[in-house]
Amino acid sequence: MGLATFKGGIHPPDKKILAANCAIAEAKPPKTLVIPLSQHIGAPCKPLVTIGQEVKKGELIGEPGGFVSSPVHSSVSGKVVAIGDFPSATGKMVSSVVIENNFRDEWTTLKDSPDYMGLSADELRGKIKDAGIVGMGGAAFPTNVKLSPTKEKTIDVVLINGAECEPYLTADYRLMLEKPTEIVEGLKVLMKVLGVRKGYIGIESNKPDAVASMQEAVTGETGIEVYALEVKYPQGAEKMLIKALLDREVPARGLPMDVGVVVQNVGTSLAVYEAARYGKPLIERVVTVTGEGINTPGNLMVRIGVQISSLIEECGGFKNGVGKVISGGPMMGFALYSLDVPVTKGTSGILVIPEKDIVHTDDFGPCIRCGRCIDVCPMNLIPSMLSIFSEKGFFEDAREYNLFDCFECGTCAYVCPSKRPIVQLVRLTKSMVKP
Amino acid sequence: MDATEKEHSFIVSSSPHVRSGETTSRIMWTVSLSLLPALLMGFYFFGPKAILVTALSIISAVASEYIFEKISGKKAAISDGSSFLTGLLLGMNLPPSVPFYIPVIGSIVAVVITKQLFGGLGFNIFNPALIGRAFVLISWPRAMTTWMAPTAAFVALDAKTTATPLGILKEEGMGHLMEVFGSKINLYTELLLGHSAGSLGEVSAIALIVGGVFLLVRGYITWHIPFSFLGTVALLAWVFGGKAGLFTGDPIIHLLSGGLMLGAFFMATDYVTSPSVRKGQIIFGIGCGAITMLIRLKGGFPEGVMFAILLMNCFSPLIDRSVTRKPFGAIKVNKEQKK
Repeated sequence: MGLATFKGGIHPPDKKILAANCAIAEAKPPKTLVIPLSQHIGAPCKPLVTIGQEVKKGELIGEPGGFVSSPVHSSVSGKVVAIGDFPSATGKMVSSVVIENNFRDEWTTLKDSPDYMGLSADELRGKIKDAGIVGMGGAAFPTNVKLSPTKEKTIDVVLINGAECEPYLTADYRLMLEKPTEIVEGLKVLMKVLGVRKGYIGIESNKPDAVASMQEAVTGETGIEVYALEVKYPQGAEKMLIKALLDREVPARGLPMDVGVVVQNVGTSLAVYEAARYGKPLIERVVTVTGEGINTPGNLMVRIGVQISSLIEECGGFKNGVGKVISGGPMMGFALYSLDVPVTKGTSGILVIPEKDIVHTDDFGPCIRCGRCIDVCPMNLIPSMLSIFSEKGFFEDAREYNLFDCFECGTCAYVCPSKRPIVQLVRLTKSMVKP
Repeated sequence: MDATEKEHSFIVSSSPHVRSGETTSRIMWTVSLSLLPALLMGFYFFGPKAILVTALSIISAVASEYIFEKISGKKAAISDGSSFLTGLLLGMNLPPSVPFYIPVIGSIVAVVITKQLFGGLGFNIFNPALIGRAFVLISWPRAMTTWMAPTAAFVALDAKTTATPLGILKEEGMGHLMEVFGSKINLYTELLLGHSAGSLGEVSAIALIVGGVFLLVRGYITWHIPFSFLGTVALLAWVFGGKAGLFTGDPIIHLLSGGLMLGAFFMATDYVTSPSVRKGQIIFGIGCGAITMLIRLKGGFPEGVMFAILLMNCFSPLIDRSVTRKPFGAIKVNKEQKK
């Protein structure tokens, strides 16, 4: 039997070797940090601090603004010097708290729970919520909301997503090598919160040492298993992962919980463990700084709110003439317009692509209807038609072609011989019609 | 921090930020390259006339594309190789002995009328080379059905004319075909090599298969159209192709002769004018095969590949629309909606 996988997908060069062997290193927190009050999907936080106030590391500075929301904590000790709108990685201005670091790294009092597995599901869920944990694979959906399924949904399995199918990125890989036990403990907490007995960890087979490391960590655990997945983008997309491991199809525009599954990223699982065990809020994360345009690629443990520019400096600066700086991976990440934007809870990587490697798509050609995009679309859509409809302004027709099932993974645009900006056209169309 | 900022300005564009190395022009030039074996066999059997026809055809196609794009103010895109490929395919679909104006006019019709006037690359409904060929066939039927005998000699300029194997099969029947070629094995061998009358690029089945398999292996075409096309022809030739009743036909003759190999591997598989959805391509291929055999067995022409593909080209958009692809997760939503 072959490795578990899904239909469609592509094999872009993974380029993980650039940073794969760099152990996670602590990034020096800089003098000033900008901590956005909205780092998650959902309502922004309300600030709890005032200008001039002294804060400690881990102190709550923003409280959730609704059910789908997540609290924000200070990632250093220091003084609040500004509260206001600051630029974020996506280009939007986001209400943020600016903290001047006093470099003393004084922790606020955390609630330690050596017997965390003895806590009730609700207590654990509360700890996860209070720690401000969100999906760390990139989407940044509040984890406690994912862990609160409605009554009619029965969850029977938790999946830990260790696929890391985006080229270049190695943050999850390093975590699986360096903190496998903690990740498994996090999974056990998640299973306890949801009251399920099965926990699966899926890892792409191009990381055999990560598979081995996790396999060792689950030895002796009941109900937890590690699976190797075929190396194929977008294997780490929730729906594709569930299809590959469980052969369940998440309904169109539905959620994993509709098929009894909750998926969490390995980084999230680690954060869940740290929240349950030590009461530690999510104030730092692993960020892969990599690409052919950076001098010393690496995997850094970075405080939330650190400016990208300081990470670039920490990694030796640019080389080979910088073209693009991307937050996230090359397939779904977004190009930054400025380095003065902060790392947030969803920042999995900073990728620097030299100018010479940029594929310019501004003079893209007509669709020659070769069908390559149709073959690779993991959602079984017809991207060629979506792009043509969008180009011609036939937005309603695009909807008939299941426009809103597209999750913008970019496989279609990757294979397109005419270099058509299919994802961009899809996004344009989505903004023009109602779902 | 500021220093870094001032030194660089960044390119901001939509994801994905990496692309495969495949380009439209690489596809066109690769397909052109894969036609080389069949073209060389044509040159070998038909000599300088074949070279002249091919050259005129390609030059006219590229030139008319360039001129049209200049006049209409479009960006010149002749380097994408699509007009070169159109000219090459048209040339290979012509008898080697045609007068010089036939490839020239055929190419102009192919590129200007069939492709550019419909919106250029990607928007034409019909295969440009085949419309070019259909136009000259109808305009100059005699010149287009006068077949030069293969000589395998560059010196025989005043070559004899003869009928194509399909022509003989249609007019005089299997018996006469056997008289001409001696034995069945001999006939198959000659058809495979290309030592028979026909359009200059269609005669050598083996060279076309080599090119077609190359495209299949490299992923430039998929099996769906050629296999369903060839399979349908073989099946129908076997069932209906014999004089002695059902299931007495000879599928091999039908597979190896005429423009079938060239059509199935290189013309029907044209991306623009065939369905894009793989399931639809099978329907398309079956349709091409069925119409080909209908014309070969019952129609007025001995060969039907060209008209079969052109007729099926009309149906491509319709086929693409009617072949439903279930989006991931669609079934369950329908069930819920029914509730």
